[in-house]
Parts: sequence; structure tokens; C-alpha cells
Amino acid sequence: MKKIFSRPESLRDVSTHYCPGCGHGIAHRLLAQAVDDLGIREKVIGVAPVGCAVVAYDYWNFDCCEAAHGRALAVATAIKRVRPANIVFTYQGDGDLAAIGTNETIHAANRGENLTVIFINNAVYGMTGGQMAPTTLLGQKTATSPRGRSADKEGYPLKISELLAQLPAVKYIERVSLHSPQEVLKAQKAIKQAFQNQIDNIGFSLVEILSPCPTYWEMPPNKAVEWVRDIMSKEFPLGRIK
Amino acid sequence: MKKILMTGNEAIAEGALQAGCRFYAGYPITPQNELIAYMAKHMIESGGVFIQAESELAAINMVFGASAAGARAMTSSSSPGVSLKQEGISYMAGAELPGVIVNIMRAGPGLGNIWPAQTDYFQATRGGGNGEYRTIVLAPSSVNEAYNLMQDAFDLADRYRIPVILLGDGILGQMMEPVLVHSQNPATNGKINRLPVKEWALTGCKGRKPNLAASFRLAEGKLEEHNIHLQEKYKEIRDNQQDFEGLFLDDAQVILVAYGTMSRIAKGAMNKLREKGIKAGLLRPIALWPFPVNAFTKNLGPKTKYLVIEMSYGQMVEDVRLAVNGSSPVEFLGRSGGGVPAEEEIIKEVFALNEKNI
Repeated sequence: MKKIFSRPESLRDVSTHYCPGCGHGIAHRLLAQAVDDLGIREKVIGVAPVGCAVVAYDYWNFDCCEAAHGRALAVATAIKRVRPANIVFTYQGDGDLAAIGTNETIHAANRGENLTVIFINNAVYGMTGGQMAPTTLLGQKTATSPRGRSADKEGYPLKISELLAQLPAVKYIERVSLHSPQEVLKAQKAIKQAFQNQIDNIGFSLVEILSPCPTYWEMPPNKAVEWVRDIMSKEFPLGRIK
Repeated sequence: MKKILMTGNEAIAEGALQAGCRFYAGYPITPQNELIAYMAKHMIESGGVFIQAESELAAINMVFGASAAGARAMTSSSSPGVSLKQEGISYMAGAELPGVIVNIMRAGPGLGNIWPAQTDYFQATRGGGNGEYRTIVLAPSSVNEAYNLMQDAFDLADRYRIPVILLGDGILGQMMEPVLVHSQNPATNGKINRLPVKEWALTGCKGRKPNLAASFRLAEGKLEEHNIHLQEKYKEIRDNQQDFEGLFLDDAQVILVAYGTMSRIAKGAMNKLREKGIKAGLLRPIALWPFPVNAFTKNLGPKTKYLVIEMSYGQMVEDVRLAVNGSSPVEFLGRSGGGVPAEEEIIKEVFALNEKNI
């Protein structure tokens, strides 16, 4: 009998701290699967963010590095430059990558660092209790936008992927979602592509993943995936951006 | 060995390359710009990585990453820029990552100006960032010593897995002095072979369990356990790495205490005082942390007094008072904001103290 499906070696056999219906668990697994499929587990160095995925290294089974909030791409830049034969990725949330770390993000991308970036966009700060993120939708209520995000006071949802796509050194950007099995399969393919690009020395590659946060959207998990499908993906259209 | 005329900033960069530094990230700021420029010119031929970072924050976090990956890594800046680096220095201390941070101090607070100062002593010797940690702080007083201390800085950083700060000032960074350079080709310098094996480094987990570089310790009791370990390490450093230069400490009735550039001026004042028949001595801390407390407890006599001289309004003087612990008078002379106490001011102060019979 042939075994066709199992836990990737790159994913530890432990339970996670994530809330029911959270997308991080799926994203972690997709990443681990991609690493296994490409046979790079022993070469990978992951950079974990500050945010809900701060202890992602407890779940992945390969070398990992911490980064201060927003600095993952500065840390990853140095690791890759010191060890160009290794495969280096960052895994960052929207606050990390598109608010406190915008500078590091834009400049790592503009230098064309040969890195793989996994960007989890759930339109909210999860770890700190559901505050407004740079990607929070207009009208979306959060702990720090209790009347709903307004364009005149808080600005518009920041489309960092579209912004990065303008930079000549950026080679690959795709926005995917976790709201259905079909979309999860597309996400798997995109993550694998972003790693393959690094292996092939193509350059800066980013996958933005729209990911549900039922807890701070105050929705049951099934409603949260519907919200990604019906509302969030209208603001952040899925597909290849570059 | 070859004698070359260099600025302090260039000598520090060359010293780092000779010490096996193979990663530099920095951001321009006066008065340390010759350092980043020297690295830009010479790092690549040494087989290393040079990055002009987008900010001081990015630069220190690049040092964090490079160090985690096993490289001898450094950054440099001047006071306002070093304030920005405190985030990364704290994380490095917590994650026990070695690295060297050069601060060519200028006057503050805030943007202050670009004149030399010694006003970041507290920041350097008390940790500087959040949480309770220490960094080793070395304070050269000449261009040649700055060059030599870079080897010590990297060796100490690796030995104790700790960030090391080289604390100079704008005068030291900018002035030119002869330097005895070990070799013109860092790649063939035998010293690099002294690099320790870093089993903790992130290299990919081939043939071993995964490594992790992190300061985060969320589980109950884990951070306290880690902090106790750090404190034990700091005690070991306190016990073993005190470093100072003493002149005429045996017969001195007034001991001038100064570090870095200020100690050069104090030394001139000491010589002139002795010509005038006043038994002056000089105590120059080379390590500011760990502070050379042992140097103070040895030489106390009933008539001995200390005069601490700084390009600040009194920072190191607090450590001198802690070391002396009330057993001798400790007086202070200082200026900051661009002012540097001159020889004559020091001599005048010593005479004034003698008249007041302090």
C-alpha cells in the first residue's frame, strides 16, 4: 500500500495555540508541505514574526530565527547574504509587514533580496487583541476603530502587494486565500513557486494569503471564511499581481 | 606589520576586518562616515557582506540576522543613530548573539550637534534598551588602540555571546594617527582562524536538531531561568574582564580619572602637575563595562582624592563613586555640548581642590 498523504516532516507533531478557525494552522502546513516537496528542509532558515505566529518555530521542524516586530526582512536579508546556499523565508502578518516594518519590506524588495516572503493578511492585529491593521477594511470595527475604519481619519486599506509590484527588483507576487479547498490548493502552489524562485535565484517573491480571524472578526469560523470570500477578496483581489 | 596613518574611523573598520568581521550594515551619520565608507570599499575584497541599510533599525537587525547565521558582524553609528539601534541590541542580548556596535559619540540630547562628547556613557554601560541586560563596553584612547580593541571586541563577543560596544567620540573618529597594521590582506591573516565553532548558529538543520535564535521566552518560569543565566554570565565578565591603565597610582595624591579622548588631555595635565610638584596620577578605564572597580579599591590612602573628568556633566563619575564607596573624596570636572575640558582647566581645578583642602 502506498502512503499518499501524511504530516510533512517540516511540521512538528504538536498542537498549536491558534484559535479555532484561524488560518495560521493551514498556512503553516502549506509552507511545511512546500519545504518537504522541494526537499529543502535541511537548508531552510525561517524568520518568525512578532504577532500571532511569534512561536511558529515551535511548529516547524527546521532552523528558525526570531525578528523584532517589523524587522523580519532585515534579519532575513542578512541571513541570506551570509548564507546564500540556504533557503531563507519570512512569515509575517499585516501589522508586521505593512505597518511597523514597511520600511524594511520596501527596501528588502527594492534591493531584490533573493527571499521568499509569506504575508498573512487577516485585516486585524490578532496577538494584541484585535486592533486596526493597515489592511483593515473601510467600515470594519476593531478595538481601535470602534466606529469602523474611516477613510478620512485612518486612511484606506494598504495594498502593500500592489505597491511592491511597482519595484523593478520584485519578481513574483501572488495573492491567494484560505477560504475554500480550491483556494487552499492555489495557495499551496503559490507558496511552492515562491520557494522555487529562490532556489532558481530569481529574486524577491511574496505570497499574500488572505486568512480568517474568527475571534477578532467576531464571527463563527464558517462565517469568517464567507467574509473572506465575499468581502475581503473584493478589496484584495486574488491572483497573480506580478 | 606596517605603520599607516589613518583616521580613527578607518582604523576601527580595518581592525574589524583583521578580526574576521565579515558582515557590516550601517547608515550614514556624522562623525563616523569614514567608517561606513571604508567598509563599503574593503569588505567585499575581504569576502564579506556590506549593506548600506535603509535605517539604523534595519542595520542592527541585519547584524542580528548575520550573527544568528554565524558571521562576525558589526554596525557603527553615532549617538542619535545608536539610540535607534537599542531595539536590536536588546534582542541580541536576549538571544545571546555576539556582535559589535561602534558608537562614535557626538553631543546631545536629540540631534544635538556633531561635536565630540561622552554623553552616551549611561546608555552604553546600563544596557540602553528595554529589559535588564549588559553589553561589554570598550573605550579606546588612541587610533592605534581603537584598531587593536576591535580584535578584543569580536573575541569577547563570541566568547560570551554578547553584544560589545566600542565607545569612542568624534575626536577619536576623525583624528589621524599612525597605526601598526598587522597585515594588508585580511583574508590571509591567521587571526581569523581563531574563530570559534558556533554550534548554535543557523546553518540549516542537516544532520542535527533544528536551531533557534530567539529572545522570546513565553512559558512560565522560562524567562526568569534565562535571566538568571544571563546574570551569571555578567558576573563572570565582571570578575574577569576589567581593564584599565594606571599611571603613578602608587604615589598619587590626586588621581585623575578619565577615558577615551578625555584621558589624553588628562594625561597632559598630569604631566604638567607633576612638573609643578603635585603628585598626580591617571586612572584610565579601558573597559567601561565591566567597570574596573578593582583599580579603585587598591590605591586608597588617607590623602588620596579622585578628580573625574568627562566630556559630559557627570556619568562615569557615578561608577567611580560606587567603586570608591565613600572612602575618598571624588570630585568632578566636565563639559558637554561640544566643549572639551582643557589641560589648563584640569590643572586649575586640581589647584582649587588643594586650596579647599579637599
